[in-house]
Amino acid sequence: MSEQMRRVAIDPVTRVEGHGKITLLQDADNRVHEARLHIVEFRGFEKFIQGRPYWEVPTFVQRLCGICPVSHHLAAAKAVDQLVGVEELTPSSLKLRQLLHFGQTLQSHALHFFHLSSPDLLFGFGSDVAKRNIIGVIEAHPETAVKGVKLRKYGQQVIAAISGKRVHGSAAVPGGMNKSLTKEERNVLLADIKDIIAWSEEAVSLNEQIHMAHPENHAFGKLNTNFLGMIGPKGELELYHGGLRARAPDGSTLFDQFDYRGYQDIIREEVRSWSYMKFPYLTSLGKEKGWYRVGPLARVNNCDSISTPLAEAARKRFKAFAHGSFVQDTLAYHWARMIEMLYCAEAIELLLNDEDISGSDLVVTGEKRSEGIGVIEAPRGTLFHHYKIDEEGMIKKANLIVSTTSNNQAMNESVRSVADQYIDGNEITEGLLNHLEVAVRAYDPCLSCATHALGKMPLQVELIDANGGLVDRLTKGSNGNIERSL
Amino acid sequence: MSSTKPVLIFGYGNPGRGDDALGPELAAAIEAEAFAGVECPLVETQTDMQLQAEHVMDLAGRERVLFVDADMSCAEPYTFEILEPEKDGSYTSHAMTPGALLHAYRRVYGSEAPPSYVLRIRGYNFELGDPMGDQACLNLAAAIELVRKLCADVSGKDWNRLLSSTDKAQSHCQSRACGGYTLPTSIEKTSQD
Repeated sequence: MSEQMRRVAIDPVTRVEGHGKITLLQDADNRVHEARLHIVEFRGFEKFIQGRPYWEVPTFVQRLCGICPVSHHLAAAKAVDQLVGVEELTPSSLKLRQLLHFGQTLQSHALHFFHLSSPDLLFGFGSDVAKRNIIGVIEAHPETAVKGVKLRKYGQQVIAAISGKRVHGSAAVPGGMNKSLTKEERNVLLADIKDIIAWSEEAVSLNEQIHMAHPENHAFGKLNTNFLGMIGPKGELELYHGGLRARAPDGSTLFDQFDYRGYQDIIREEVRSWSYMKFPYLTSLGKEKGWYRVGPLARVNNCDSISTPLAEAARKRFKAFAHGSFVQDTLAYHWARMIEMLYCAEAIELLLNDEDISGSDLVVTGEKRSEGIGVIEAPRGTLFHHYKIDEEGMIKKANLIVSTTSNNQAMNESVRSVADQYIDGNEITEGLLNHLEVAVRAYDPCLSCATHALGKMPLQVELIDANGGLVDRLTKGSNGNIERSL
Repeated sequence: MSSTKPVLIFGYGNPGRGDDALGPELAAAIEAEAFAGVECPLVETQTDMQLQAEHVMDLAGRERVLFVDADMSCAEPYTFEILEPEKDGSYTSHAMTPGALLHAYRRVYGSEAPPSYVLRIRGYNFELGDPMGDQACLNLAAAIELVRKLCADVSGKDWNRLLSSTDKAQSHCQSRACGGYTLPTSIEKTSQD
């Protein structure tokens, strides 16, 4: 049986529903030699999709995630385009999909920075827990927080204008789009776009200043990794469609402009006994050296340029920070995320002023095929949707590699690094728990949906010694209360 | 629909995860009745997969807000409670509580959020791709009956009378002390009866 086909039984104690768990494994010298992060458990995605008609896939895959439904919608739509034999969309459909994608990425990045990461950055890791959330941000920086809410809302308005509603709308159809934007809809969105760009630029500046002003942040959870991401034909930042580029930590190119339909030739997925989530790696480098990072940090490092002026200027400052080589600081994910948010804001303005966005030529047809692969750069990183259909058009096989899965090994490595640096003897302190949260948040991992229905969302950290014994366990409830239990 | 309708019913949850669809399903049922005519002429419904910070903007200008969610541990068939603003100590923004949303509203707008309630409908199975279970459907039917009564009470004076038993006592205390959370006059009168 091949390695990818190997069945691995998952220990029930590692199953996570609605809460996060970090297991820290010590060696005989009490150093943390391994961290196991059980924040996300993606299971059942393929089963959820199999057996359904392909034309419904772009709509119902939006249910996979409450934070980035549009990303799944578009990746699925690109795969379905291939199933209906369409290689190239009309200019109007392509631009409408790009606009939808930029709206999604803008609102997702805004949520992450203003709600999730800015408390860490603005208040520092050791600050009062009650302040380390959006409430604290609003109290200390009321204008910033309100702008964050408005940025998020604007992204939702872009999505709603294109897809009819902001959740589970119907935008992409096989070979094209369902509708274009009217002049009135464009004008409504254009009315606020200058503010959106200005606020995004402020957010970039804020992140830049914070990162440069805190040298202690640079080494925090820092890793030297490969980067994988999509790239445009001229090497520019590309979020919707392009080839794949991977680069090694020293900047050398592993592959470039690779047709993503051959992704199974360059990426393999390892299964481990303690997690439902797989561990992808670059085939050419093997399991030990082939793991990589995706998402904003990978994309901004990987690209040669950004096509919009303000974001390109910000990228150049980002690169200058590392003297032209890769910025590997894990906390620089936040900075890169804001550069991308600015790019999306600028790109939205360009598209809203493009007459193609109101065009009526929206659908292309072709000869049906049995296999389709769609890849986009979702807010958290490269997202793969791969389907095979039977003669009736039912999905008989599906494979998804979501962004958080690609970052799986890197998240564990960053958590291990932070744990080993900050652990004090054999005790898990509240400070350590806070630091581990900061490391996880940098990657913006996507959590499975429905978690809110399952009660509160505690985070539990366990310390296991070299003999497998439980040394300490600390749990933080969603109300911020800390409990130690052994 | 106008965004200024006085009552907002906000059902949230993932319709692709079994009983997690309870919130959106209730909102859809009430919206269908509103479209049909007269049941809820002053009510707007809204759905989403999860609560997020920008939803504070959907609360503005309302007289009352009802959040509807699935819950795997509440009493059957549902519990109906008053909400208070609460600080969110969660490590993730992926699932904001309605109380945290009220707290965010206070800070964004500098005033209290509209009086808000949460209807927790008991669910049992939340697996991806599963349909809603039979018992969850029965619980949903009971919850819809309650919401019909709430919708019929445009003044809102009977909302507290319909609270689940443990919350009635709390609302009575709140109506006297308030703790910075102002209840509308009509509800205060009801709770003092």
